Amino acid sequence: MSRAWTLGLLLVFAVLVLAAAPFFGIESVPVSTLWRADDMAKADILWKIRIPRVLMALLAGAGLATSGMAFQAMFRNPLATPFTLGIASGASLGAVLCIHLGWNFVLLGFSGISVFAFAGAGVAILLVYGLTHSRREFSTATMLLAGVAVSFFFSSLILLLQYLSDFTRTFHMLRWVMGGLENVVDFDEVLGVLPFVAGGCLVVLYLTRELNLITTGEELAASRGVEVYRTKMALFFAASLMVGGVVAICGPIGFVGLMAPHICRLLIGPDHRYLMPATVLFGGAFLIVCDTAARTVMAPTELPVGIITALLGGPFFLWLLLVRRAEL
Amino acid sequence: MSPHAAHVIELRNFSFRIGRKEILRDVSFGVRRGEYLTIVGPNGAGKTTLLKCIDRILPGGSGSIDVCGRPLASYRQKELARRISYVPQADGRTFPFTVEQFVLMGRYPYLNPFSSIGREDRQAVRDAMEMTGTAAFADRLLGTLSGGERQQVYIAAALAQGAEVLLLDEPTTFLDYRHQSEVRGLLARANRDSGVTIVAVTHDVNQAALESDRIVALREGSVVFSGPPAEIMKPDVLGRIYGTSFLLIDHPSAGLPVIVPQVPTRSGS
Repeated sequence: MSRAWTLGLLLVFAVLVLAAAPFFGIESVPVSTLWRADDMAKADILWKIRIPRVLMALLAGAGLATSGMAFQAMFRNPLATPFTLGIASGASLGAVLCIHLGWNFVLLGFSGISVFAFAGAGVAILLVYGLTHSRREFSTATMLLAGVAVSFFFSSLILLLQYLSDFTRTFHMLRWVMGGLENVVDFDEVLGVLPFVAGGCLVVLYLTRELNLITTGEELAASRGVEVYRTKMALFFAASLMVGGVVAICGPIGFVGLMAPHICRLLIGPDHRYLMPATVLFGGAFLIVCDTAARTVMAPTELPVGIITALLGGPFFLWLLLVRRAEL
Repeated sequence: MSPHAAHVIELRNFSFRIGRKEILRDVSFGVRRGEYLTIVGPNGAGKTTLLKCIDRILPGGSGSIDVCGRPLASYRQKELARRISYVPQADGRTFPFTVEQFVLMGRYPYLNPFSSIGREDRQAVRDAMEMTGTAAFADRLLGTLSGGERQQVYIAAALAQGAEVLLLDEPTTFLDYRHQSEVRGLLARANRDSGVTIVAVTHDVNQAALESDRIVALREGSVVFSGPPAEIMKPDVLGRIYGTSFLLIDHPSAGLPVIVPQVPTRSGS
């Protein structure tokens, strides 16, 4: 099957999923609610809860998957994820700190936890950037080490705060770091995340040829005419801000960012000019499916979507390690 | 016209440091257009660093490097890529691209972000793959190739890049005899028939002497020899470069002395 066809099918899949998902859930909402608002409660569920949430799943899935793809290419490492550089740990630390302090406020339509989480992500990004850039270069090996170190450092601070908090707050923290979309009510969050994901995706889309060359080695890429330093810088900030924006609202939803690029590479090959749009479509659609499952499989209880993605992602990850290693 | 207009690459008092360590010291030499130049020297002499500096993979350094009569620093990256192409020692670590996809990436300096690959690009890729004999395995994945095949593919990609200067880092070091001679033949053809200027780093002084127009030797970051092959093939000259003794005999057909391996001295004999 040609790559254009595969991309077309993925687009159809994503559109179908996007169109169908709002009508699944605990409360049955008929399609006619879209144009006939005789039942105000159902109209509210559809317009204020389901549709924003599905759109957020689309953005979060697309953003995490794309940043995962970019990091995998940049580090030439199939195991890289959007969270490898500790940005999600920074966001989690921010959120956990806010919960620990018990601060409830709303800033520009965003919850205090989201604001803190985004600030945490920002600190992590600047820290990794600063540590990597300190030696007048921007080496990916240093970046990877700096990211992993920052990640561990923040993780232990998270554990410390959890240890120091009372039971209710600890539970709240634990629940937040599982990731989920149940905080999305109305379009504020969606509109908040949109510029990060759209902007990040555009940058990555613009750099698809450079990504291809960087996977063959930075020296070779430079010799082929790639401005390696600038490219890496642009990719780092684009991908990191995407992760920061998404995680601030949805928490660290795992495995989409690792898995979606790999599935898409199997479907469409390693050429980023095709892989990038495929990853956006698949990542978005995949998270919508997972979130719909999270809302319905144990209804009326909602599962955190991070559990579903990880349940699907764990076995896939092992399979990947065993089967595809030789080719990656 | 400058006195060295025929030089595609001209280094003047070029020095380069990594951290505190001076890797290259006061290096000056020129490469003529269409020349086949080989750089030799002991391990750690700075040969690979020198190649990377010429292609600005390692930017910076003091002194000057001119490419086609213009300072290296004045080139935009893509513009430089149309003049110079670097062939590293291929580690083969890459995502699963096919040989053809990989060679096609050599056309990067002629493309802008949203342009599609044109007829000229396809033609350049086809020519490069024909010339290197890689067309036969165009659809294989890069990771599945042998060392020799991989080296041919890397050279094909560099040729597709259409640069007039090819910088090669030990192109034949890890290859068996047949692949060595294939790669050498390939480079000789590119040099002779297509007029590609070749600058290669090698440890094999014999081959360097047999195939190049000129040899430059580095030791501890400085140029200690520059001249035609006949002049380097002397025990005292080689001894000064490498710090060991050499045994030479006349090659039966090349009209040059070549180095022969010495019998190791054993204790008790």
